[in-house]
Amino acid sequence: MAQYSSYILVCGGTGCRASQSELILENLKEAVEQHGLQDTVQVIRTGCFGFCEKGPVVKMVPDNTFYVQVKPSDAEEIVLEHLIKGRKVERLLYVDPETNEQVPDSKHIDFYKKQLRIALRNCGFINPENIDEYIARDGYVALGKALTEMTPESVIKEIMDSGLRGRGGGGFPTGLKWQITRKVQAPQKYVVCNADEGDPGAFMDRSILEGDPHSIVEAMAINGYCTGANKGLVYIRAEYPLAVERLRIAIRQAKEYGLLGENIFGTDFSFDINIRYGAGAFVCGEETALIHSMEGLRGEATVKPPFPSEHGYKGCPTNVNNVETYANVPVILLRGAKWFSSIGTEKSKGTKVFALAGKVNNVGLIEVPMGTTLREVIFGIGGGIKDGKKFKAVQTGGPSGGCLTAKHLDLPIDYDNLLAAGSMMGSGGMIVMDEDDCMVAMAKFYLDFTVEESCGKCAPCRIGNKRLHEILQKITSGNGTIEDLNMLRNLAGVIKDTALCGLGQTSPNPVLSTMDNFYDEYLAHVEEQRCPSHQCRELTQYFINPEKCKGCTLCARICPVNAITGDRKVPHVIDPQTCIRCGSCIEKCKFGAIYVH
Amino acid sequence: METVKLIIDRRPVEVPKGTTILDAAKGMGIRIPTLCYMKLEDLHYENNPGACRICVVEIEGRRNLAPSCKTECTEGMVVRTHSPRVMNARKTVMELILSNHPAECLTCSSNGYCELQTIAHDLGIREIRYKGEMSTFQIDRSPSIVRNMNKCIMCRRCETMCNNIQTVGALTAVNRGFNAAVSTAFERDIAGSTCSYCGQCVSVCPVNALSGRNTQQPVLDAIADPDKIVIAQTAPAVRTALGRDFGFEPGTLVTGKMVSALRQLGFDYVFDTDFAADLTIMEEGTELLQRIGKYLNGDKKVKMPLMTSCCPGWVSFVEQHFPELRDNLSTAKSPQQMFGAIAKSYFAERLGVDRKRIVVVSIMPCLAKKYEASRPEFAVEGNPDVDISIYTRELARLIRYANINFTDLPDSDFDRPLGESTGAGVIFGTTGGVIEAACRTAYELYTKKPLPKLEFEELRGLEGIRSATIDFDGTPVKIGIAHGLGNARKLVEEVKNGTSPYHAIEIMACPGGCIGGGGQPFHQGRMEVLRKRAAALYQEDKNKTLRKSHENPYIQELYANYLGEPCGPRAHKLLHTHYFDRKEAVNMFIQENQEK
Repeated sequence: MAQYSSYILVCGGTGCRASQSELILENLKEAVEQHGLQDTVQVIRTGCFGFCEKGPVVKMVPDNTFYVQVKPSDAEEIVLEHLIKGRKVERLLYVDPETNEQVPDSKHIDFYKKQLRIALRNCGFINPENIDEYIARDGYVALGKALTEMTPESVIKEIMDSGLRGRGGGGFPTGLKWQITRKVQAPQKYVVCNADEGDPGAFMDRSILEGDPHSIVEAMAINGYCTGANKGLVYIRAEYPLAVERLRIAIRQAKEYGLLGENIFGTDFSFDINIRYGAGAFVCGEETALIHSMEGLRGEATVKPPFPSEHGYKGCPTNVNNVETYANVPVILLRGAKWFSSIGTEKSKGTKVFALAGKVNNVGLIEVPMGTTLREVIFGIGGGIKDGKKFKAVQTGGPSGGCLTAKHLDLPIDYDNLLAAGSMMGSGGMIVMDEDDCMVAMAKFYLDFTVEESCGKCAPCRIGNKRLHEILQKITSGNGTIEDLNMLRNLAGVIKDTALCGLGQTSPNPVLSTMDNFYDEYLAHVEEQRCPSHQCRELTQYFINPEKCKGCTLCARICPVNAITGDRKVPHVIDPQTCIRCGSCIEKCKFGAIYVH
Repeated sequence: METVKLIIDRRPVEVPKGTTILDAAKGMGIRIPTLCYMKLEDLHYENNPGACRICVVEIEGRRNLAPSCKTECTEGMVVRTHSPRVMNARKTVMELILSNHPAECLTCSSNGYCELQTIAHDLGIREIRYKGEMSTFQIDRSPSIVRNMNKCIMCRRCETMCNNIQTVGALTAVNRGFNAAVSTAFERDIAGSTCSYCGQCVSVCPVNALSGRNTQQPVLDAIADPDKIVIAQTAPAVRTALGRDFGFEPGTLVTGKMVSALRQLGFDYVFDTDFAADLTIMEEGTELLQRIGKYLNGDKKVKMPLMTSCCPGWVSFVEQHFPELRDNLSTAKSPQQMFGAIAKSYFAERLGVDRKRIVVVSIMPCLAKKYEASRPEFAVEGNPDVDISIYTRELARLIRYANINFTDLPDSDFDRPLGESTGAGVIFGTTGGVIEAACRTAYELYTKKPLPKLEFEELRGLEGIRSATIDFDGTPVKIGIAHGLGNARKLVEEVKNGTSPYHAIEIMACPGGCIGGGGQPFHQGRMEVLRKRAAALYQEDKNKTLRKSHENPYIQELYANYLGEPCGPRAHKLLHTHYFDRKEAVNMFIQENQEK
């Protein structure tokens, strides 16, 4: 039998796979075999490493060398240089953007140094398709402990004491939810894992399912034990084929090991998990809509109460938790509520995973303790703003969160602080914007999404969001008035006040928060018909600086609508009536002669 | 009973636990406007998706406003139903709804009856600030029902009615967000769906997004044609409801005024469908006795129980959903069609005119009757037995159109011979009435004895499914009654499974029977309207001197001089029909789409 002394971990997350990480994996395996190393070196496909900005990522264990932006053709060199000759492939090492120095291993990369990984503990460390690797990292120990040493009440107490709150967005105390479901008397109950991750750009649930599916299986079984359910359902979007596949493998392996099925750990507790597929409607992340979708009905929210804990799937008490919430559960049971509650702020315990995206240097998946400031996340882990631009805003909580500004940078991130600041935790989307972003256009962009994703059931969301979008369209095209701004604020407030479900109640947040924090930008649009960030096409005009233009004619030739005219070696001019503001000329001008105003 | 104490609009109130804020407020005389909400308690119909958000109220300590129709009162709750915050929200939401609703009130057939219009008026909406893109759907016209989804406000009442009460499953919400709409499977036309044309969706629609097909003009054209002899027949349930559109209390009988109005409109003869109802009883009652007789003699081939066939919505429901049971349906035509057949044979011959010169206009509480009249088997050489079927609301419109002062009209009587009817014919208009009428006649024909008591109280009421055993002088006859197609489905499932205990089953597609038909003036969720209409029919029955169909002298004359025996050859030719399997069409369509 092989005795491995080294491991090559290749990121098998969806992002890195899109950049050919599967081919890298194959090439590495081939190279290992060619060099006769197959008995000492194992090549492993792991889940997401999180550092997606620099993907595809290959990590060497045990020395933790962290190769970034690897190409399939690099495989041979990695094996030959790193494994045989014992030299790091320096050109593939991560370069710290501040010091401009190569970083030899992951432990010294700022992106990882400042993180605390609890939910993501196994992502990027283990082969998610091998239950033994999960077990080797204390997998299923928590389930065993719960079933054989603890009563359901004591498990629930532990979860309650830990202070864990729902990571899907609502922030409801998880232990309390379990207790409510437990207390309802019913012959049949269900536990559900909400893996209908819908926020654009967010991928924490997917990464956990892809990188550590057993943690979800284990936590759901624990939840079943606590609430008195013997059936679990994972509602996952069909667009996550890899996550679905790995979850399926995990369920199958758990059944083979007797960790799912009848009489788990020799107790009288039986539990099974089935998968239900979603078709990708954002609203189905709302728990009542999710349940209706699973029932085969239209994915629409219903008024709460009754809550699913009392009247859920097929009318039975149903406990719905999000993927990330579940991922925390086994660790809490193993390390104790005291340990978990020592992390975080007064009312928000533990860590939170964020999908860091937008104009930040290190785009990726991160996990930080609650209470970490936005500054630490964006400038520490995120490595600051791209191209040295100025930070303008960060949008948290997905499409229905709010935009926070520089004055919020030192705000410790937790549920209550974000809410008080006019945004929300949501499921953990975090999109960073720089000085080039127009906040009115940004609000419109998010409204685009909610208008598209509204289920259409209640009038404020169905028609109101459409009207919000139309007013924003009017403003960004230079036709808005001060009255429009008043109407916008009133309508946003009413939608928030009257919409039926969480989607509608939060959809005006981008509008309200940008109006609160960037009202001057709105004013510039309506009073001066000016977009300060030059992002709103209808409000911008392209000019050629005659002092810089050499008359090379390149712009005139490249213009798709022939808006630029001029003779050779004579400064050119742009006809504003014809110009469609596509930006091609700016991109091509070698002399920086074209500018937007 | 456990109660909770709370404060609504600064007044303390104590209500049973589980009471909604809407109901609690109503009990205190505080009116909270509602739009999507509708409840018909006797029919177990409740639509409260909490979708329109018009009924929102402010609750102290709650982050957002609460829909009062869906929010239960809790101890110590402090509610404000008309605070500035509430009113601003209500008005804004109303403007939003109106911003996607065509402002065609002046030309809309629901003008004056529209619930959206009323609430907009009450809220004092004078301008719509939030204007924008509007829905653009194709208008879908079927023989009975017209769908104009541009007017739809997504209250979902129709969907609840079609699925939960009628179990027809023709309507459902499709698409998302602003494009969401109530439609049929695969967004097919209503004519290509599983719709039975019962018209209950129309009767609950607050805004005319669903309406009856309008055929008033052909009526006016026929009357204006000097060559045509235009005959009106009026269904029993019409006379209890028509008055409502002229300010009469619900359930006021306006039979005499209705007849006068029809004369003024220019009808040459004003006859009564009740006459044909008596005729139906003669045929259907005879058929029932024949089947029971064969059944009791051990004939295994006879289809039992006999199911009534006077309701066209019910007939298409059987043809589409239970075609294997279509032989259980009585072969007797409905009163509307029997009337048409007699008018264009017996009566035409009496007048000595060609049937083509006669135009039969039926005035029905029903939308499915339009479809029934158009069925090809009810025509002779392309000439339909019933030329035009209009519904109660259409008649009201015609009366207004002709500037007839309905309230001041004198009473007048139906013409003879097809205008005379018995009390048995009258009660056809309510659930249980057909079978009661049949029992009155069948009992006497079978036992050759007079009925000891005319009223079969055990067959009356608004309970969804009722049953009774009638003693036919030693022979117990078991009767089942259902109204509403969902209740009907339960009885039919029993028949299908061979567990039905009944000899005869009466079904009416509409909850309450014809009094609650899709063509009647809108009840707008007021259950007492239906109760009063039913009571009025039983009152009219009581007022009649003749109350058994076989005692109608004109019926007797018709058989003696023209038809011969009930269920005899001529009666069979004129007064009986056959049914089709229409499940195939539905299945084929579903298959077609699955293949795509």
